Amino acid sequence: MFDRREFPSGLQLVPHKAAALERAIFEAPAPTLATVALEQGNGREARPTVSAGDRVRVGTLIGRAMDEGTVAVHASIAGIVRAIEVRETASRAGQGLCIVIENDGSDQNEPGLEMVEWDSLSPEMLVDRIRAAGIAGLGGAAFPTAAKLAAASRRPATHLVLNGAECEPWICCDDALMRERAADVVLGGQVMLRASGAARCTIAVEDDKPEAIAALESALAAAADPRLELRLLGATYPAGAERQLLAVVTGTEIPHDAYPTDVGLLCQNVGTAAAVASLVRTGMPATRRVVTVTGSGVGRPGNVEARYGTPIADLVAACGGYRSDPRRLIAGGSMTGRALPCDAVPVTQAVNCIIAATAEDLSPPRREMPCIRCGDCAGVCPAGLLPQSLLRAAGADDAELLETFGLADCIECGCCDYVCPSQIPLTARFRSARAARALRLDEQRRAAEARERYARHERRLAEAAAAEREAFEAARRRARGGPE
Amino acid sequence: MSDPSLVPAMLVAAGLAVTVGSALGWAAVRLRPNADPLVERIDALLPQTQCGQCRHPGCRPYAEAVARGDAEIDQCPPGGDATVRALAELLGREPRSLDPAFGVTAPRQVAVIDEARCIGCALCLPACPVDAIVGAPRFVHTVIEQQCTGCALCLPPCPVDCIELRAPRAAEPPGGRRAA
Repeated sequence: MFDRREFPSGLQLVPHKAAALERAIFEAPAPTLATVALEQGNGREARPTVSAGDRVRVGTLIGRAMDEGTVAVHASIAGIVRAIEVRETASRAGQGLCIVIENDGSDQNEPGLEMVEWDSLSPEMLVDRIRAAGIAGLGGAAFPTAAKLAAASRRPATHLVLNGAECEPWICCDDALMRERAADVVLGGQVMLRASGAARCTIAVEDDKPEAIAALESALAAAADPRLELRLLGATYPAGAERQLLAVVTGTEIPHDAYPTDVGLLCQNVGTAAAVASLVRTGMPATRRVVTVTGSGVGRPGNVEARYGTPIADLVAACGGYRSDPRRLIAGGSMTGRALPCDAVPVTQAVNCIIAATAEDLSPPRREMPCIRCGDCAGVCPAGLLPQSLLRAAGADDAELLETFGLADCIECGCCDYVCPSQIPLTARFRSARAARALRLDEQRRAAEARERYARHERRLAEAAAAEREAFEAARRRARGGPE
Repeated sequence: MSDPSLVPAMLVAAGLAVTVGSALGWAAVRLRPNADPLVERIDALLPQTQCGQCRHPGCRPYAEAVARGDAEIDQCPPGGDATVRALAELLGREPRSLDPAFGVTAPRQVAVIDEARCIGCALCLPACPVDAIVGAPRFVHTVIEQQCTGCALCLPPCPVDCIELRAPRAAEPPGGRRAA
C-alpha cells in the first residue's frame, strides 16, 4: 500500500504523541479577555475595522485583508473592544497589532450567519466566501486558503492533496481531528474540489495513525465520491512538508522557482479542510482551531479546541496546568517550533501545538564543533541539498554561493541539525541566512523601484523645463513682434 | 585553380559573406543598445537612494561619472563598503573602503512629515527624487513610506522644518516556504 523508500531521506523520530491522544478533543473555555492578533501567522497584518469601545459578536469582522496574501480576522468572542495595541504574539516578529476584546459572557453570534449552499454556488463565489471567512492554512504556515484555491482554479485538472501527514513529533491535532471529524475532512475536500475546480482529491495520511485511517475510510465510504481517495505513506519526518509530500503522492516534483499550483497541484492541510466544512455547515468564519497542548510540563496533555485570541496560559490551565518545572514554552513541534516569550501570547491560526518542555524533554546544551564533512546532513536532507556546503557559504556570507547551493529550497525542517555529529546548529544558520536573503531581495526590489521612479522624475522635470523654455521663447517672440 | 567544381562552393561562400556582413552591418546601426552597458551595470550595483551624497545629482549620473572615470568608486555612503567592493570587482579595481569625506554608512531611514506643522507649501514635492511625497499647495503632505529612500533631500527646502528622518516601521521580511 505504501513504499517507505518513496520519501527522499528524512528521519525516523520518536513521536511523543500518545499522551495527548488519550482523550478526545475538548473545548477550552472562552477567555475573559481575547487578544486577537491581526497577523495570523504568515507575516501579513490585516487592517483593523473596529475601534476601542465597539461591541462585537462572535464572527464580527475586526480586521480586513487588504490584499490576497493576508487573511481577514474575526472576533472569536462577543463583547467590547477594549484596546487595539501591539502585544507579544507567537509570530516570527514576536509582536504585532492585536485587538483586545473583553468577553461579555453572552457568546452571541454575528447575525446573518447561515450555512453555505456550496453545491449551488459558483466556484468563484465559493472562493470569495472562504476568503471572507478568513480561513488560513492550519498546518502551521497560515497561508490564506482562498489565495491557493484561486490560483489552482486558474488551471485545469488540478490534483488536490489533503495533508494528513502530521509528521513532526508532539503535534497531534490533525490526528485527533481526523479520528473525530473525518466526515468534516471529507466534506471540506469536496468543497475545495468545487472551489478550485480540481479533478481529484487524495487524502494523504501516515500509516502510524490507524484510528484516523479507519475513521477516514468509513467517512469516504459514506460520502461515496469517486473523486476522493485515501493514500497511506510511511511515517517519516518530514513527510508532511508540502513539496516533498506532493512529490511522493503525485510523482510530480515541483520546480524550485514555481508554486505547486503552477504544475497543477494543490496542497491543503486536513484541519483547513475541516475549517472549510465548518464554514459551509454553519457560516461561521474562522474563529477557532484545535491545538495540541503537550510536553512533560503539562498536567494532562490533550487536544484543545481554542478560540483565536485565547492566551496560551488558558490552554495550559485547561490541560491541568503546569507541572514539574517547565523550562521552555514552544509553539509548534519539537523540530520547527519557536520558543515563546511568555504564556500570555494568544492562539492564532498558525499555532498548532504548544509544548511545555521540561529539562528532560529538551536536548542537553550543544557544544558546537567544526564540521568534519561526514555528509550525514546531505543524507537526510529531504530537499536534496548539501547542508555542509550551504553552511560554508553561509559562514562566508556569500550570497551567490548560497543561491547556487539552493538556500531558497531549504524548508528549515531541522533534519541536518539532528544528525550532525559536530552538533552544529545548521538550521538556525540557514534560517538567519534565509532572513538575510529575504531582506536582500526586498532591498533589490526597492532599489529597482526607486531607479524607475527617479528616471520618471527626471524625465518629468526635463519636460517641464522644456515646456517653460518654450513658453518663454514664445513670449519673447511675441514681445519683440508686438511694438512693431 | 581552374577546377570548375570549386565555383559553386566559392559562390556560396561569397553569398554568405555578403548576407551575413550586411545583416551585421544593419544590426550594428539599427539594434545598437540605447544605453552604455557599463553604466547600466554600475547603476545596478548602486543602492538607488538618489541622495546626492556622492556629489552627483543621482545614482545614474554617478554611475555615468564612474564609467567615464570622473569619479572614484568609494563615494556612495548608503551603499557602504559592500557597494565599493562590488564596484571594485566589476571594474577590476583595487578594493578599498568608503571615503569618509562623502559621509558615513547608516541604517535605512525614512522621512516623516509632522502633519500638524506642515503648511502645505509644496516645496518638498519637487525635491523628492523618487516622487514619494504626496501633496498639493495648501494641503497637508505625506510621505509614502514604502517609496521613500531616506535621501534627506526634502529636509532643506521645508520652511517650517516639519520633516524628520526616522527608522522605518519594523517590516517583517516576507515569509519563507510553507512546511507542514
